[in-house]
Amino acid sequence: MEGTILKTFNFSANFGESQVLKNISIEINRNEVVAVMGPSGCGKTTFIRCINRMHELTQGATVNGDIRVDDNSIYTMNLIVLRRKIGMVFQHPNPFPTMSIYQNVVAGYLLNGIKLKKTERDEVVERSLKRVALWDEVKDDLHKKGTFLSGGQQQRLCIARSISMNPEILLLDEPTSALDPISTAKIEELIFELKKNYTIIIVTHNMQQAGRISDRTAFFYLGELLEFNDTTELFINPKHEKTQNYITGRFG
Amino acid sequence: MVTTIKYREFKNKLFKVIIILLTTVCTLPLLLVLYKIFREGISAINWDFFVNLPKPVGETGGGIVNALIGSVLLILVASVISIPLGVFTGIYLSEYRNTKLSYFTLLSVDVLTGVPSIVIGIIIYLWVVKTMGGFSAISGSIALSVMMLPSIIKSTEETLKLIPNTLKEASLSLGVPYYRTILKVILPAGITGILSGIILSIARVAGETAPLLFTAFGNPFINTNILKPISSLPAIIFNYAISPYEDWHKLAWGASFVLIIIVLFLNIITKIAQRKWKVQF
Repeated sequence: MEGTILKTFNFSANFGESQVLKNISIEINRNEVVAVMGPSGCGKTTFIRCINRMHELTQGATVNGDIRVDDNSIYTMNLIVLRRKIGMVFQHPNPFPTMSIYQNVVAGYLLNGIKLKKTERDEVVERSLKRVALWDEVKDDLHKKGTFLSGGQQQRLCIARSISMNPEILLLDEPTSALDPISTAKIEELIFELKKNYTIIIVTHNMQQAGRISDRTAFFYLGELLEFNDTTELFINPKHEKTQNYITGRFG
Repeated sequence: MVTTIKYREFKNKLFKVIIILLTTVCTLPLLLVLYKIFREGISAINWDFFVNLPKPVGETGGGIVNALIGSVLLILVASVISIPLGVFTGIYLSEYRNTKLSYFTLLSVDVLTGVPSIVIGIIIYLWVVKTMGGFSAISGSIALSVMMLPSIIKSTEETLKLIPNTLKEASLSLGVPYYRTILKVILPAGITGILSGIILSIARVAGETAPLLFTAFGNPFINTNILKPISSLPAIIFNYAISPYEDWHKLAWGASFVLIIIVLFLNIITKIAQRKWKVQF
């Protein structure tokens, strides 16, 4: 299935008085990896948190405009359905501390009270862990607590937890910023694999990372979407002076 | 130069000696109290002591079975009332920190901690005992539950506040509804702190005497009807200790000993629970 999966229309987001996102209009295609880049405080994280409506959890947060997933507005969709459609992985690995590795992977089913047969559950766990290349490392310790894993493994576990629910879009909020280079490399490989099945929107501070893994890159600056283009094109031939300055390291 | 360094080292040592000394001064009376209760109490303890009713003056071999059953029942009912109330209030306070309701709740919780237990007894007497027309176990339990609430609320609130927000977000982002997120992710993650708050609050009210005198009153017989007056360990200690009879004094010591052991036991359980169910983020 080709085509647009996510579309925003003149989308703005505020925290109280201050506007953090200004009139963002963007179209994201199915099965592509979009990197969201920009200096600190430019609204990257807010942008992806708006897509699964996590933004509104903050007190005083408001939005304007519309976001459509598969041509349905996220504001008319059932919140629970929306969040199952759109998985999210956070900056710091956050496996559930009271659950084993196994339970963490199927946490979405357990916590939602979705009944699965034991064999189905085993299958979901194995498939999800294999997909994030964690299966071989943890297959003998499935019933240990998820928090005993290393940071990189925990992060892959969190990705497994998200994809076990079969989302269509995966939001990654600087997933490697708390990890060492080896774990980072593993996650990047993983993103490359995952793109076959999912649409991925990844916030990153790391320009090399954006260059390595993304098809298109969106450059945000002070809450505005300055430029959105093929990653290679944006890096070689930035249209905007601010983009140029950022990617050449003049500020950031 | 050398002398000043020596002088400083001397001051260091002196400081250390002083804090050790003061700690001893503080701990010694506590140990002496425990020693006295153990010595006087242990001689009163035997099997009959746990299974017999108090005997009239002059007869030997009376026990405290009515008070034991009474205390257990009072605390059970008080827990049934105060644990859900306290835990849910604690959840509200940690979830909604800046509302007017949470401000006034926290304020009244803090004030409630400082209200003398006898005042609570009098109020429950006026509101519950008078309206119900007589002393009852349930009114005693209500008085105890009022005393348990502040520490349950506080420990729940403080435990839940320390749980990282990212955990809640992780659950919500999986499409888990808010109430399930709280009940299945946040509460289990804080269970150790909440449980130890509950157990400590039980240990605290186990020895409360004043509010029970006005409410549960006391009963020389075994009673399991919560609408009737009931005996309790602190009440039996109070009644027997102020009596002029040697035999009854002995029972009071024995009951004190039992009470201390119960409190000690509850504290040990708390420590074990804290170690065993420690949640690592």
